[in-house]
Amino acid sequence: MTEQVESLIRKDYAAGFHSKIESDTLAPGLDEDVVRFISAKKEEPQWMLDWRLKAFRAWQEMEEPTWAHVHYPEIDFKALSYYSAPKSMADKPQSLDEVDPELLATYEKLGIPLHEQATLAGVAVDAVFDSVSVVTTYRAKLEEAGVIFCPISEAIKRFPELVKKYLGSVVPQKDNFYAALNSAVFSDGSFVYIPKGVRCPMELSTYFRINEMNTGQFERTLIVAEEGSYVSYLEGCTAPMRDENQLHAAVVELVALDDAQIKYSTVQNWYPGDKDGKGGIYNFVTKRGICHKNARISWTQVETGSAVTWKYPSCILKGDNSVGEFYSVALTNNFQQADTGTKMIHLGKNTSSTIIAKGISAGRSNSAYRGLVRINAGASGARNFTQCDSLLIGDRCGAHTFPYIESKNPTAVIEHEATTSKVSDDQMFLCQQRGLDAEKAVSMIVNGFCREVFKELPMEFAVEAGKLLEVSLEGSVG
Amino acid sequence: MLDIRNLNARVEETEILRNLSLNIKPGEIHAIMGPNGAGKSTLGNILSGRPGYEATSGEIEFNGKNLLEMDIEERAREGLFLAFQYPVEIPGVSNMEFLKASVDARRKHLGQPELSSFDFMKIARETSKRVSLDAAFLKRGVNEGFSGGEKKRNEIMQMMLLEPSLCILDETDSGLDIDALQVVAAGVNSMRSPERSFIVVTHYQRLLDFIVPDYVHVLAGGRIVKSGGKELALELEAKGYSWLEDEVA
Repeated sequence: MTEQVESLIRKDYAAGFHSKIESDTLAPGLDEDVVRFISAKKEEPQWMLDWRLKAFRAWQEMEEPTWAHVHYPEIDFKALSYYSAPKSMADKPQSLDEVDPELLATYEKLGIPLHEQATLAGVAVDAVFDSVSVVTTYRAKLEEAGVIFCPISEAIKRFPELVKKYLGSVVPQKDNFYAALNSAVFSDGSFVYIPKGVRCPMELSTYFRINEMNTGQFERTLIVAEEGSYVSYLEGCTAPMRDENQLHAAVVELVALDDAQIKYSTVQNWYPGDKDGKGGIYNFVTKRGICHKNARISWTQVETGSAVTWKYPSCILKGDNSVGEFYSVALTNNFQQADTGTKMIHLGKNTSSTIIAKGISAGRSNSAYRGLVRINAGASGARNFTQCDSLLIGDRCGAHTFPYIESKNPTAVIEHEATTSKVSDDQMFLCQQRGLDAEKAVSMIVNGFCREVFKELPMEFAVEAGKLLEVSLEGSVG
Repeated sequence: MLDIRNLNARVEETEILRNLSLNIKPGEIHAIMGPNGAGKSTLGNILSGRPGYEATSGEIEFNGKNLLEMDIEERAREGLFLAFQYPVEIPGVSNMEFLKASVDARRKHLGQPELSSFDFMKIARETSKRVSLDAAFLKRGVNEGFSGGEKKRNEIMQMMLLEPSLCILDETDSGLDIDALQVVAAGVNSMRSPERSFIVVTHYQRLLDFIVPDYVHVLAGGRIVKSGGKELALELEAKGYSWLEDEVA
């Protein structure tokens, strides 16, 4: 059976096509002029450029982190291009009718129609193509509710006070190597602002697409939920199949003010490389949210793509009674590597956090859970529950767990459960004896394993995630 | 229905079945009895195609087809059902989802349309009642946290839903109390029909008080050493198996 499982490890990456779109792409290289070029291209005010330059200077002094359980050749940051935009976007189309049909077709092909009447009911989409936002749907409807949902490049110009106040407030420029790089060269991303007491009337989502070759994508997302507001946000990501590795280094900051709630879901399906481990995206992402009094932030992620993933969506539980949640499914196949997890930093009293992490490894892949639970001295009555489950498919893959627990308060209650299991031959046989073929059996067993996480995703996306898992596992059984 | 001719089979390097022949006609119930280690479970595993079990020679014809050439799932879709001695758990996969997928696979194979979720739910609820399982079990993970008796009743429920033509019960009675045994037996008896055959593998005569076989075969040392009617089971109950093993030796 193991051999059977192994021989199925071969997958088709449906989003792997490249769109023939003429682009303005900056020549490879990285220095202050590149930072200035990006800032100028975005017609940014001086304060933004200064902010970027400060980050760039800090980055030059920093070193790439090496502590993660991943291995990849050294990245030559000067060999990358830091800006690429479809030419047709240069004259800033005012409506969807003016957008290059080829661009719209790309999203159509990915299953993300951008015409409002065709989109998923109740979901507003911001589509980011390489370095620019192509279109944001349902803006008028959202504005009626006072919700701002627009490209961050636009927010910098239209809402400078909000951006100035919150950008870098959760992930400072010098936070880490990749966050500093992102702060210097980020090109676009989404900005969301939910006013006090407003429940965002629809799901918001951003769809990131890398198209151009040798281009890094550095998007920046900032979500601010004012007191007592609520928003559910989803991001999806894909890229063409290429033999070269590509870099993606994003930063996401969430601010949940008193009594606010932010639900952030990710379905990450960047190109994972081929079955021999050639190509694929390097996904080095910093995601962090801050919870004020009684606020709640939930991170839910389904990570099936990327050659290398380095990602720890975290919560700073600053306000009393605030809640942080992290639900994760990370699937690696072939030669993929993932080092992912979360950090829950308890500062306020009676703060609580829940971590449910499911890692699935197939092929020769390696997946690691790395999580930190820190209870500061002032966080009396803090609670954490962590559950880490690993599922192995075949006998050449690996699962690793690195939990860190630091408690400085004697009243804290911290629970940690961990399991490692295999898709057993007996389970496979039961399924097949009942008439299911091997692939259906594996996908059913794996979906069952992930159930606790999938139920946290918005309905439409839970179905998508299940399907994605099925595709990613294609070839993992014979 | 099933014709086994001169079957030799092994598990890894060990010969288990030796020159075994057995012919089962539609509607018949055959009991396979024998001491521990006689190869009783191997027979069910070979028939269902379990990995690790290999037929080294001989032929098996199932509904006119060469069984040994078929994949595990093909055999199942063709109507061969194995009720497990130790049903395994599949956490997080609801019984309902699992059962529907199984039934759909069988129906598709038979050229029948898939059942709607609504219709299937109705049928599944009624079936769960027939084996005295609360409908809540349909929502739970496959065998997840079920007691031994609940697992066995779940197996019988699957059998009822799939309507197989050949049912193999592998020591389904092991670990069952008398009440659960009667539920299981009643379930099997309700499924008896002129088109459906059963192979009931058991160590004890007890089960055969409730599921009355047409034939009893004694398996010892990988061979059928004696065949007879239902009265043979009673004789075995009284005399044990050793006299037959001596006969073979």
